[in-house]
Amino acid sequence: MHSADTLRSRPTSCPAASADGGCADDQIAGDGYTCRFERGARPESLILNMGPQHPSTHGVLRVLLELDGEYIVRAEPVLGYLHRMHEKMAEVKNPAQFMPNMGRVDYLHALAWNWAYVGAVEKLAGIEIPERAEYLRVITCELNRISSHLLWWGAYLLDLGAFTPIMYAFDDREMLLDLLQLMTGSRLTYSSFRFGGVYTDASPAFVQGVRQFVPHLRSRLPMYTALVTENIILRRRIEEVGVIPPDMVTRYGASGPVARGSGIAYDVRRAEPYSVYDRFDYEIPTRAEQCSMARYMVRMAEIEQSLRIIEQAIDSLPEGEHMHPKAPKPSFKLPAGESYFAVEGARGKIGVWIASDGGKTPYRVKLRAPGFSNLALFAECARGTLLADAVAILGSLDMVIPEIDR
Amino acid sequence: MASIFRTIADLWSLVVGLAITGKEFCRPGVTVHYPRAEVTPESAASFRGPIELIGLDKEPAKPRCIACMLCVSACPSGCIAVTRAPAPKPTPEELKAIAEAEARGEKPKRPAPPKAPGTWTYDFSLCSLCGSCVEVCPVDSIGFSNDIYMVGTKREDFVFDQLARLARKAAARKAEPKPAAKPAPSAAPEAAPAPAASPSETGAATPASEA
Repeated sequence: MHSADTLRSRPTSCPAASADGGCADDQIAGDGYTCRFERGARPESLILNMGPQHPSTHGVLRVLLELDGEYIVRAEPVLGYLHRMHEKMAEVKNPAQFMPNMGRVDYLHALAWNWAYVGAVEKLAGIEIPERAEYLRVITCELNRISSHLLWWGAYLLDLGAFTPIMYAFDDREMLLDLLQLMTGSRLTYSSFRFGGVYTDASPAFVQGVRQFVPHLRSRLPMYTALVTENIILRRRIEEVGVIPPDMVTRYGASGPVARGSGIAYDVRRAEPYSVYDRFDYEIPTRAEQCSMARYMVRMAEIEQSLRIIEQAIDSLPEGEHMHPKAPKPSFKLPAGESYFAVEGARGKIGVWIASDGGKTPYRVKLRAPGFSNLALFAECARGTLLADAVAILGSLDMVIPEIDR
Repeated sequence: MASIFRTIADLWSLVVGLAITGKEFCRPGVTVHYPRAEVTPESAASFRGPIELIGLDKEPAKPRCIACMLCVSACPSGCIAVTRAPAPKPTPEELKAIAEAEARGEKPKRPAPPKAPGTWTYDFSLCSLCGSCVEVCPVDSIGFSNDIYMVGTKREDFVFDQLARLARKAAARKAEPKPAAKPAPSAAPEAAPAPAASPSETGAATPASEA
């Protein structure tokens, strides 16, 4: 860590220092981002780079911070370290060939991205889906949501300094991955939904496994509550920290548990029901507290709601085919036109927009990642908080950097 | 007074947490300590390992593949390279017939190339195991293997000559003492050998005919 004075006295190697037209010695040495992140009014403030290798930024998020002592005067997330051109790749591959990419945008809730993309293609091409496949999509997607929330739970507590909870989370998550492996053939980067159905049919072993898993996880949730949620150290650490008022949520377009933690009961599954979600009885958990603890509680409640959906779906799983007999061949051409399909991911609203000119590959694909909007409000939300609280806020947003950068 | 009770209640949450930790500490371990132990073959059975060719039921060393190239065009990452087997060399009699036909000004009838692959190379380092090739294969000649323990020290270790691999597997299966086996058209059960076999196998698959 350098003090502001050392930074100022260092010879600047930044081209922007003079090109900006600003005063050269009022610039901070460093790369382009740091140079443009000009020092604020306080001469004694300190510029600090959190990341891109900071453990609590989960990958390669970099946050530029201006600190006054331990307090954050300004925060600016710097993105793009994990940009992989997914949208451009969609323009050069036919729709079926793009499917593996959807498992890698958000690796924690890969099936939601699978679903958003197949949904958009199915909507555009008018492909029908058998009812059994819809149910299997719901079951696997909700299982995947739980696995994502469990991993977030473990990793968030890891950020806050509690090591062991992630071991409990991974113990349960491992059972989930075994189940999802039966359906998708992989354990993390799923590419299992297909245009007109799903890749594999549910085996009796899978149905049996899900029936066993639901009561098992339910019996573990009180333990999670007693071990972590009610732990006074955690409560003091995240309660009333990172308050996000509802108007900030709407201004930045945040969604998912971030919005629901601020009392906005917006869930795509309820707001614009897709697939067979309108047939299940479940609640949209919201909290009025607007703080990090509220977002934590929303996610824990969502695990329970997902279990409810899974239970109902597995009980009413219809017989039939898992692929529509008229499902297109991988080399099919998309008709000209455009479509948009949104699903509720573990982090919020996932949207895929496809524009096609009737060629072999889509003309343009836009991926709407919820993490991007959720992270955008961090700059405003973190202002005036303690540096340690900023970590608690960042974690409570549940970021997956590959999804934010795409 | 109330604050004292609150503090005690707060501290009690730590005791509850410690009790849970103590209880969990006495539970048997749940992880598989890999080099000393392995996951059961059943739990790996549904896992998509690197793809492999599946042999004919009667001739396990010969792939079902008809070299239609559908998998090559379906693959998102271009990790499959297949060439057709060359046409068989005409016998002296056939050569004579061809020459005669040409002399008469007719179109000579040459022996047709067989519907089989000449080379079948698979680059596992590019593969994302999406299953497009498995789905698209009209004769079910491609399947996922169960080789989950795979080690290599260079990229070429993961470029497999699938025809040689299939022949090797068929030979290994032939050499095995016969259990009262079911017909097993897929090579899946045999595809999970001891981990020690995998590196040598990948090493043997090194020819990298793509170069």
